[in-house]
Amino acid sequence: MLNYIWFGMMAIGVAAGIYNGKIDAVTAAASDMAKVSVNIAIGLIGIMALWLCIMKIAEESGLIRIIAKGLRPITLRLFPDVPEDHPAIGSIVLNMSANMLGLGNAATPLGLKAMEELQELNEHKDTATNSMVMFLAINTSSVQLILPATVVALMGATASDIFITTILATLFSTIAAITAVKVLEKMKRFSVEATIAATTAGDDDHG
Amino acid sequence: MVEVFVEGLSSVARYIIPTLLVGIPFYALAVRKVPVYEVFVVGAKDGFTLAVRIIPYLVAILVAVGMFRASVALVLLLQLLSLFFFNDAATTENLPLALMRPLSGSGSLGLRTDLVNTHGVDSLTAKIGATMFGSSETTFYVLAVYFGSVGVVRSRHAIPAGLFADAVGAVSAVYLCKLLLV
Repeated sequence: MLNYIWFGMMAIGVAAGIYNGKIDAVTAAASDMAKVSVNIAIGLIGIMALWLCIMKIAEESGLIRIIAKGLRPITLRLFPDVPEDHPAIGSIVLNMSANMLGLGNAATPLGLKAMEELQELNEHKDTATNSMVMFLAINTSSVQLILPATVVALMGATASDIFITTILATLFSTIAAITAVKVLEKMKRFSVEATIAATTAGDDDHG
Repeated sequence: MVEVFVEGLSSVARYIIPTLLVGIPFYALAVRKVPVYEVFVVGAKDGFTLAVRIIPYLVAILVAVGMFRASVALVLLLQLLSLFFFNDAATTENLPLALMRPLSGSGSLGLRTDLVNTHGVDSLTAKIGATMFGSSETTFYVLAVYFGSVGVVRSRHAIPAGLFADAVGAVSAVYLCKLLLV
């Protein structure tokens, strides 16, 4: 899937770039974004270190386990293949809480910590598990209780107008994400085996 | 009523990070006798490895997205879409934002700012745009960072599910604003 989307975006980019007379911009964008990517990653180091350490302390003190136990009834339904007392549940819960409260800076390191712990349970290390996809989908659908600071800054006094619409829209999109993941994960073409088989065959074709 | 609630939530949110930064080590030190400084320093180097590990995935995704954006292919797609579907201004004006949102955070932020500047904060167009922006995430970026950090390359149903949720969010934003704010 990602193979086609990735190639498709670049191919359409070049084709449309030529058609629209923007080919120079396309070329510039390719090298600019390569630079930007590294800047983003480097920029994450400090904040990542900070939150990973706080998480480590929370883990060693047993706090994560307490949180994970408390919310088990909900997380059991969303992540049935994660064992009850696994630290991944604690990180997932903390990441979602950070997202809901609009604490983006804390949410990313907590989310990456959760991914790392989900990866421990993964049998095929280069293929996503059901729980990983569920976790990612909930994250991209952006569960929220607080408007993003940029929205408040831009909308000023009318920000409270769109508070309810934003909360409801994000609620609908999160429900859609959870439903889509649950439906799609049962489909044969998205199964772990089929995905591995499809990409391996593709590699062979191209030598 | 809503304003009080919104302000209340934001002011509570302001204290959450400081509370966590002090509260977690306090609990660890006072209740569990965890050597907090030592644990902290050992954990810190993970931040570096993790950040370096996501670089290849970020470069791959952001370069492809950047090329797509710079080509203005979206404009062609929009012309195509507007032939078939939408006949009211507020929806049509938010179409570029809906398509840009999963691809690029800075791109959609720019579009949303344009909508506000062109139509004013009180316009339905701007409100739909802000709702759309606030209720979704940059799907491709999150996928690259989260899966990349652990070396997962086969994303299975993550993209279809993520894009479906984005679409539902965008459509909800349009209808909720028309229903509740007009």
